Amino acid sequence: MVADLERGTPPAGVEDGVRLTPEQIRRRRARSIAIGLALGALVILFWAVTIVKLGGHVADRTL
Amino acid sequence: MSDVQLDRVDEAALSLAGPGDYIALLKPRVMSLVVFTALTGLVLAPGGIHPVIGLAALICIAVGAGASGALNMWYDADIDRVMRRTSGRPIPAGRVTEGEALAFGLTLAAFSVGVLSVLVNPVAAGLLAFTIFFYVVIYTMWLKRWTPQNIVIGGAAGAFPPVVAWASVTGGVSLESIVLFLIIFMWTPPHFWALALFKSDDYARAGVPMLPVVAGLAETRRQILIYSVLLAPIGVLPAVLGFASLAYGVAAGMLGLVFVGMAVRVYRMSDADTAMVPAKRLFAFSIFYLFMLFAMLLVERLAMLAGLAW
Repeated sequence: MVADLERGTPPAGVEDGVRLTPEQIRRRRARSIAIGLALGALVILFWAVTIVKLGGHVADRTL
Repeated sequence: MSDVQLDRVDEAALSLAGPGDYIALLKPRVMSLVVFTALTGLVLAPGGIHPVIGLAALICIAVGAGASGALNMWYDADIDRVMRRTSGRPIPAGRVTEGEALAFGLTLAAFSVGVLSVLVNPVAAGLLAFTIFFYVVIYTMWLKRWTPQNIVIGGAAGAFPPVVAWASVTGGVSLESIVLFLIIFMWTPPHFWALALFKSDDYARAGVPMLPVVAGLAETRRQILIYSVLLAPIGVLPAVLGFASLAYGVAAGMLGLVFVGMAVRVYRMSDADTAMVPAKRLFAFSIFYLFMLFAMLLVERLAMLAGLAW
């Protein structure tokens, strides 16, 4: 029984808990990339709209 | 208690949803029609809009429509499981949980309305919020399972996108945008009832009170004809009101006559007809009809803006 318990503990350096299958890791990575792309697109959209709303001569001014 | 926690950990850890499953939640085919009709509204509206602001408006309207789709799939997961047509959707297929779909839908709904309000104008954002509310709460939660008139009133949700787009340009609602609304509104019942005629067993199994299930095939065929007759003249209205050319009016009139002709064939179908070829033809033609009407309006206005004379 002691041997069973010992076998149940993970070896040093390996974290205990939920271990994802390679497929789950691949899908999670795909989801992360998709979220990243969506956020990037949102940043570009906000940047473009900001430029349009400021107008072309925003830099032409004196103090 | 520890079992419950373990289950949760397993469930959370086992997510196999890919980006494609979340895109499926947005109902991309419905979204493409929404983008198309909204683009037409955007181009037809007087005054014009900066292309970048116009693109922002289109994206917000598309995402808002997608959010409605995700919330619809969240609420309808129980009946989607029973219907052959929808059993492969991400929630019934077990790839996305109901909670994930709900969170996804609510987030996108809030973002699309908020961003449209900030980047374009609050009137358009208010109309988009109302569209999402109408589709999710009025249609999905209330009408769909309660009355056979579900798609008649629910069709309003699908008819709103050009109105939202028009308001993105002008900041208001006008007679012209209401005509665009009416075209889609009147088109929806014959379009969906033609589908429901040859898919009525699916709806019956799910307990959705579609017209053929509740009122019978004969009554459905009669209603299809009534709405088709109402739709045909409304399709010509843009020319009558002067925001489309005579050429549009003639073409729309002819397409409307074909529509009514096909609806008459559906009306004359016998109850014993299980192949229902006229209904399938009308369903396919109805998509072509709506596409052609909006495409003609769009191309005509783009040509005018480009300085081409007819």
